[in-house]
Order: sequence, then structure tokens, then C-alpha cells
Amino acid sequence: MILIGERINGMFTDVKEAIASKNKQPIQELAKKQTESGATYLDKKQTESGATYLDVNVGTAAADQEGTMQWLVETIQETCTTALCLDSQKPGVIAAGVKVANAENGLLLNSTPLNKKSDEEVFDKYMEMADQAGPKTNIITLTMDKNGVPQDTDTRVALAAEIVQKAMEKGFDTQRLFIDPIALPVNVPNAQIQMLNILNAMDQIKYLADPAPHMTLGLSNVSQGTSERSLINRIFLAMAMSHGLDSAIVDVLDKDLMNVVATSDMLMNKQIYSDSFLKVYTAAN
Amino acid sequence: MPVPEIKESYTGSVNRVTLGATKDSGGSRTSTITVGGARNVVYGGSVEEAGEKPVIAMDVLDSRPDDWPDLLAENYQDVMDSPADWAKKCIEQFGADLICIKFEGIHPDKADNDAAHAVKVTEDVLKAVGVPLVLWGCGNDEKDNQVMPKVSEAAKGENVLIGSVTEDNYKALTAIALADGHHLITHAPLDINIAKQVNILVSDMGFPLEKVVTFQATGALGYGIEYAYSIQERQRLAALGGDKIMAMPAICDVGYESWRAKESKLEDAPGWGDVKDRGPMWEATTAICLLQAGVDIIRMRHPRAVATVKNFINQIWQ
Repeated sequence: MILIGERINGMFTDVKEAIASKNKQPIQELAKKQTESGATYLDKKQTESGATYLDVNVGTAAADQEGTMQWLVETIQETCTTALCLDSQKPGVIAAGVKVANAENGLLLNSTPLNKKSDEEVFDKYMEMADQAGPKTNIITLTMDKNGVPQDTDTRVALAAEIVQKAMEKGFDTQRLFIDPIALPVNVPNAQIQMLNILNAMDQIKYLADPAPHMTLGLSNVSQGTSERSLINRIFLAMAMSHGLDSAIVDVLDKDLMNVVATSDMLMNKQIYSDSFLKVYTAAN
Repeated sequence: MPVPEIKESYTGSVNRVTLGATKDSGGSRTSTITVGGARNVVYGGSVEEAGEKPVIAMDVLDSRPDDWPDLLAENYQDVMDSPADWAKKCIEQFGADLICIKFEGIHPDKADNDAAHAVKVTEDVLKAVGVPLVLWGCGNDEKDNQVMPKVSEAAKGENVLIGSVTEDNYKALTAIALADGHHLITHAPLDINIAKQVNILVSDMGFPLEKVVTFQATGALGYGIEYAYSIQERQRLAALGGDKIMAMPAICDVGYESWRAKESKLEDAPGWGDVKDRGPMWEATTAICLLQAGVDIIRMRHPRAVATVKNFINQIWQ
């Protein structure tokens, strides 16, 4: 499971304040804590290959988004070499981050739709940026286009197919592609059916390429504004993993959630069971 | 019809383990042995991915066994009362790569020998041969916990492979192996889940997993070899998949298990073929089968079986 720690995001008050006051300490603290939690979870092989990422999202507060992205990246890189997931819908902000990020540690550009009304070529731009940054730079692509977020299974799959096809045409390795079928808050009117649509879509997306493209989700979206947030996140993560999800943007500091990842991996026979299986995944040895 | 080329590649590998310490590294061995390192299944990849050649550890018992069939015992009649001479014979005449001293004689139900005896045997064999040693207890937890720490201490600095520790009895021997700088055998009863658990337990005590060799227990041909094979294979696949807790080289006990089978020693068995060939063949077949599942160190007994298996290894791992 490739985990992306979600906490360095300007939407969180502590991060927002740190950005406003240019206070490095809370950012670096979050980088370290998430790295420890994410890195010690599961196998060392993932951290060695830089597959556990820290999401970096400037949020909406900062006026200078590009400058803030660079400040965040530099601040994090002062304390750790964990791979970064640059999170913005604006190619300019991503480009600014790429400029200062050490792509050798691994990099994920998060995220682009297939196309936008205002920018037909947005996916191409992300692929170009990834190629320029080097072979360790991957992309998250949303199953979404100028018509917005799809409301059914078939449109999600059709968009994913277009994404994979376009990547292949451009010679972009589908192993560097993370497809995000877009998780929506379960309590939004008419959104409750979307959870099943996402699972059904994932069942088909995994056959679009061989080997299958990665699939990821912004998990916490599912429980936005609900009660029992953590429980909803945990259960949906387990369900999605059984449908082929191999990556997620999550709160890696949520120990119960990490235990769900460990247990799902074990139940899917990806790890050999032992009585101490949770410890193996979570112990900091 | 052309045979399609099927190639799998893996991210993980089996740990490389070097046994024995020469003078430069504080021991008295004249040679060391390195096993492991495979990055693919057996026969599954290129020569470079095959890792180190598997090796044969010939069994030397600390006291004369009274239950060996004549066909096996006749090879050792002149040396059975002297483990040092026995070890020498295995190396010089039969081509063993290393020696496994099996302390059968300390078992309370057998000769019930004490720690002083075991220490003396260890010292004598260390003097007699220059190859690395495997030192293996009798399987009685209480007696092993009494004797094996002393044996470990007697071999301090020699970087031996000592065992075995189980889920229920691992603390004493793990601690002393750690203190004396040895490699350790973790032992599970043909159960992959317990195998992983024992590795976790010794790792929790601070024992480095890079110095562990696993023993999954062995079933001989006709006596559960398919279980041993599939578990061994699963261990290898887990290692190749990147599971660091299962990435150890493996040892198996082919000699003892093969010669327990009645087919290897029953003389009055019309239609089974000459017993003189049958026994060594039973042992060699068991060994070769397990080699294909991915074992690294094979404990063996009959010199003819050893010669056959060595020949096989030399042809395959070129």
C-alpha cells in the first residue's frame, strides 16, 4: 500500500497559521511525524524506494501560492528525504514545487483531470512536468473532465480508459500513473451511491493496463462533515483495498486506520500472517 | 513447438549469510561459507539471480548412535566414537562443505551427556576441521537451555550457525548467540505463520534478522515432502516479494528424515530394488527436491547421497 500523508495542507488551521507566519517548526514536525508513522508502517522496502509520500498543499489562504509551495517544499526537505506529493490543481503551482523539490527522493504530482474547459491540455502539461522531473516522478489523474465529476460507474471507467490511452500514446509509463476515481462526502445529497460506483469502477480500471495502473483516493473526503469520521474512513479503505486500491491519501497518524491497512493487506494474502502481524506493520523497529 | 520464455522479476532477495570466521576476523576457520543472495525462484532467472551455491552440511553426532541402519553406519564405524575424526572424514573423504554437530547424545532419553562433554566435542571438532560449523541441540528444551549456551561460548568468535530456537523456547539461546556473535537457526513445525512469528520474536530481542537461517522442518520423500516443499517455496516467494522477515536462507534436515523412512533401509522388500542403492537414493531425491523449492544448506548423512547431490548442485549452479 502506497500511503500519502495528508496533514501538510493549508486547509488545516495549524498549517495555515504556520504558512501565514512563515513558521517552519510545525511543518517540519508534521513532516517528521508522518514520515515516522508512514515509514514504520509496513515494509521498509516502500520507504527505501520512496513510495510513502507526504502531501503538500498550500490551501487557499496564501496569496502567493507558488511561493508558498516552494517554501513548504524547502522547509520539509530541510528535515527529511521523504518523497513529496505536490498537491494543486494549478500547473503553475506544481511547476513551482517541482523546481525546488528533490525528485530523486520520488515525487508525485497531484492532480490533474483529463481536461478542463479552461485548459484542454492540462493532463499533457502534468505528464511533461513529470517527464522533465525524471523517471521517479509520478502523476495522480482524476477520473474527471470538463463536464465535471462523473456521477456513475461507466463514466468513471470511460474517463480512466481515456487517461490510460492518452498516457500510452504519449509514451508515459502507466506504472507512473495513479488514477483517482474521486471520493465524495457520503452525506452530500445523492452522493451516497457514489461509494458503490467507485468500487465498481475500480474493478474495471485495474484491467485497463497490464500491469494495472495504480489507484488512489483522497480517503478523508468520504467522511467530510459526518459523525464517526474515523470509522467511515477505516471501513471504506478496507472495502476499496479489496477492489484494488493500492494507494490512498490518508491521515497516517491515525493508528486505527493504519491497523486496517495492515490487516487488509494480510487478509488479501499480501503479507504472511503471524501472531505479531500488527506489530510488524506498526512497530518502529 | 517453441517453448515460450517466461521471466518474472522480483524486488526482494534472500539475505546473503556468511558462516565461519577466519583468523583475520577473530576465529580459527580456514575458510568461510556464504549462502543465500537469490533474487529469483530456483531456475527462474539469470545465473546472476541464482545467488550462492547451496551447500551440504554433513552430520556428526556427539556420541555413537545406536539406531543408524547398518547401511549408513558402515561408512563411519571407524570414527563413530570420535566426533573429531568423524568430522575430518566427512570433509576429507566425502566432500562436505561444512559440519553439523548434532548433539543427540545430550538428550535425557539417550546418552544424557552433560555440558562438559558437549563443550569438549565442540572444541575437538573445531581443532580437527577448518570449515564453519553448525551446532544443533537435541530438541529437549530444558537440556538444550542448559547445554547449548556453554557450547555457544566454547565456539565464541567462530561465527557458527547455532540452533534451533522455537516459538516456545527461544530466549536463552537467542541471547547467548547474540552475545557470542553467532548466526541463529529459527525453527517452525512446517507452519509458515509460526516461522514468521519466531523470526519476529528473535528480532524483538535485538537479534539481527540478517544473521538468521530458517528451519521449516523437513519431510522426507513419501513422508510429507510436499508440505516442506510448498512452505519452502512460499518462504522464497515472500523473500522475493520484499518481506524482510522471511528473507532468510533456509536449512533442511534431509539425512535424519530420509533414513527414518522404512523405504530407505528395509532389506527384505521384494520389488523395491537393492537396499544398497535405495537408501542413498532416498536421501539424494529428498535433497534434490528441496533444492528446487529453494533451500540453501542441506544436512546429509550418506556419502553416496552427498556425492550425487553435490554433482547435481555443481551442474545447476555453474
